[in-house]
Amino acid sequence: MTSNKVIYGLYDDDDKIVNATKTLVGKGYSINEVYSPFPVHGLDTAMGLKYSRMAITSFFYGVLGAFLITLLMWYIMVDDWPMIIGGKPNFTYGQNLPAFIPVTFEATVFFAAHLMVITFLFRCGLYPGRGVFAGSNKYNPDPRTTDDKFLMEICEENPKKIQKIEALMRETGAIEIQIGEYKVKKRRKKITIKDYLKNNLNGFFRVFKRKKK
Amino acid sequence: MHYKSPVREPLILGNKDLHDITVDIARPIETKANRWWWALFAISFAAMLWLFGCIAYLIGTGVGVWGLNNSVGWAWDITNFVWWVGIGHAGTLISAVLLLFRQKWRLSINRSSEAMTIFAVVQAGLFPLIHMGRIWMAYWIFPLPNQFGSLWVNFNSPLLWDVFAISTYFSVSLVFWYMGLIPDFAMIRDRAINPIAKKIYTFLSFGWSGRAKHWQRHEVISLVLAGLATPLVLSVHSIVSMDFATSVVAGWHTTIFPPYFVAGAIFGGFAMCQTLLLIARKVLDLQDYITIKHMEYMNIIILVTGSIVGCAYLTELFIAWYSGVELEQYAFLDRATGSYWWAYAIMMTCNVISPQLMWFKKLRRNILFTFILALFVHIGMWFERFVIIITLHRGPLPSSWHDYSPTFVEIGTFVGTCGFFLVLFLLYSRTFPVIAQAELKTIVKSSSTKYNKNLHYLDAAELEKMNKINKKK
Repeated sequence: MTSNKVIYGLYDDDDKIVNATKTLVGKGYSINEVYSPFPVHGLDTAMGLKYSRMAITSFFYGVLGAFLITLLMWYIMVDDWPMIIGGKPNFTYGQNLPAFIPVTFEATVFFAAHLMVITFLFRCGLYPGRGVFAGSNKYNPDPRTTDDKFLMEICEENPKKIQKIEALMRETGAIEIQIGEYKVKKRRKKITIKDYLKNNLNGFFRVFKRKKK
Repeated sequence: MHYKSPVREPLILGNKDLHDITVDIARPIETKANRWWWALFAISFAAMLWLFGCIAYLIGTGVGVWGLNNSVGWAWDITNFVWWVGIGHAGTLISAVLLLFRQKWRLSINRSSEAMTIFAVVQAGLFPLIHMGRIWMAYWIFPLPNQFGSLWVNFNSPLLWDVFAISTYFSVSLVFWYMGLIPDFAMIRDRAINPIAKKIYTFLSFGWSGRAKHWQRHEVISLVLAGLATPLVLSVHSIVSMDFATSVVAGWHTTIFPPYFVAGAIFGGFAMCQTLLLIARKVLDLQDYITIKHMEYMNIIILVTGSIVGCAYLTELFIAWYSGVELEQYAFLDRATGSYWWAYAIMMTCNVISPQLMWFKKLRRNILFTFILALFVHIGMWFERFVIIITLHRGPLPSSWHDYSPTFVEIGTFVGTCGFFLVLFLLYSRTFPVIAQAELKTIVKSSSTKYNKNLHYLDAAELEKMNKINKKK
C-alpha cells in the first residue's frame, strides 16, 4: 500500500489544476490526492471520486431521531404518567399527535445534523487537537495550500513514469514540482456493495446460474 | 466554468487575488487591536459585569426585584428573550437560506452574521433561565427521570417545545458555524508564526488538510445543514410565538403570530447585522469585501420583511375588529390608545413607516442612513415585543389591572446583555476569521474586480471612483 516516490505538483490556479487532473487521469495516471484552499468544482469528478453519501446518512439519522423522540414522548405522556391538562387526558399518542409534532421535528433536525457532522468528522479523521503534537505538516505537505496554491500528489515507483508525470505537470502549468521519498498512504480502492456481494456470495450467485441452465 | 453575470456589481472590490484575501482576513488576528476596539471592549465589559451583578442580585433576592406584578408576569424578561432570539434569525437566514438560493453575496457576511446568531441566542437563553427564580433547578426543563414518582415534563406545552427548539437551534447553528470555520482556522494555523498561536489554531482546525474528498464531503454537509437549518429557523420563532399564540389571552391567541414573528425576527436580525457589519467593515478594514452593495441587499430584505410586519400589524387590527369579540377589540384599542400608547406609536413608526424610506436607492446605499435606520429597527422590534407582553396590564379581570414599570435590575439586565453580546462579538472579531475566506475564494473569478473587469456594467473609470468612495466610507 505504500510507495517510496511521491511527486508533488504545485499549481496557482483552480482551473489549471482541474485541467491538469483531467489530462493526467486521461493518460492513465492515478492521482493520489489534491490539496486545495477551497472546494474546486469539477475536481472530484475529474479525480474519479465517488459522490459523497453524507446526505444519505443524515436522512437515516433524522429518521432515528424522530423514532426515538416518539418513543420517549409516548412513554412519558401516554404510558408512564398520563397528565390531564385542561380536562384532556392523553389516552393515545395518535389523538394528541398535533401537540407532539414540534418536538418531533426538532429532534429529527437535532439527530440529522449532529450525527451527520460526527460522521463527517469521523470519516475525514478530523478531531480537535489533531496535529497539535505531530505538526499540521503531517497531514498536509504544503501549508501554502490553505492560502492560494493547489497541490497535486501522485505516487509512482517507475522512474520512467515519474519523468513523464513531471513533464505533464509542467505542460499543464505547475509552478513547482518536487519528488520526495515520503511514505504516503495510497487512496484505498472503494469497494461497492455490489462488488462485495459478488466477492463474498459468489457461490450463491453460481447456484442461480446453474438453475437457469 | 464560472458563471459570470454581465450586469451585477462586483462583490469583491480592490483587485484582490486569492492571497490578498488570505492576508486581509488574517490581518485582524495577526495585528494588535487599536484604541477604538479597546474603548468599546471596556464599555461592553463594564456592561457585562453589571449584567452579572444584576443576575446575582436577582437570584440572591428573588424575582420580586423586578417590576413584574400579578398581571404583567413576563414583562421585560420575555421581551428581551424574544428580541434576542429574533436577532439570531438573520444569521441563519443568511448562511442557510441564501446558501440554498446560491446567493453569492452571502459569502462576505455569513460568518459574522452566524456568530451574531450564536451570541444572540446565548443572550436569549439567559432570560428564561433567570426567570425561573431557582436557576439551580434549570435541569428540570429536560425530560429526566427523577425521584418525584417520575413527574415528567409536559410535551403539550409550547414552553417545553421552546426548550427543544432553542437548544436544537443553538447547537445546530454552532455546529454549522464551526464546520465552516475549520478550513479558515487551518489557513490561520498555516500562517501563524507565534508557536502558541499555531498550537491553538491547530487544535481549533481539527487538523484540516484541504483534501479533495474532504472538500467534497464538506460541501455536502454544508448543503444538508443549510437544508436542515432553514425549516429549523422558521420553526424556532414559530414556536416562540406559540408561547403566546396557544394561550387563551385576548391579543395573543392569534393564528397570524408564527409567520408574523418569523418576518419580524428576520427584520430585526438584519438590522443587527447592519449595525455590527457597518462598524466591523470600518474597524477591520474590510470595505472591499463588505461593500455598499452588500448593505443594499440587506436593506432590501429589511424593507421587504418590514413591510410584511406592517401588513401583519394591520391584519391584527382588522381581525380584532372583524372578530366581534369585545375583549379582543379592547386589547387592541388599549394597545393603541391606552397607557402604553407611546410604545405602540414607537413600534408603528420604527417598524412600519421608517423602513419604507428604503425604497429610495440613494438612502439604501447611504451608510450613515442605514446605520441610523438599523437603530430605529432595534428600538421598534423591542417595542413590538413589549407591546405584546404589556397587553396583560388590562386583562379580563379589571380588579387585577396594573400598570407596569421596570426596576433598575431589569434595565441593568437588558443593557448588560447588550454588553455581553458585544464582548463576545469583539473577542470573536479579533480571534476568528471574520469572513468565510475559503468559500469567498470560490467566487473570486466570477465576482471580483480583478478577474471580472469587463463584464459588469461599470466601466473602469467608474469602478475606480466607486472603489474610492467605498474606501472613504
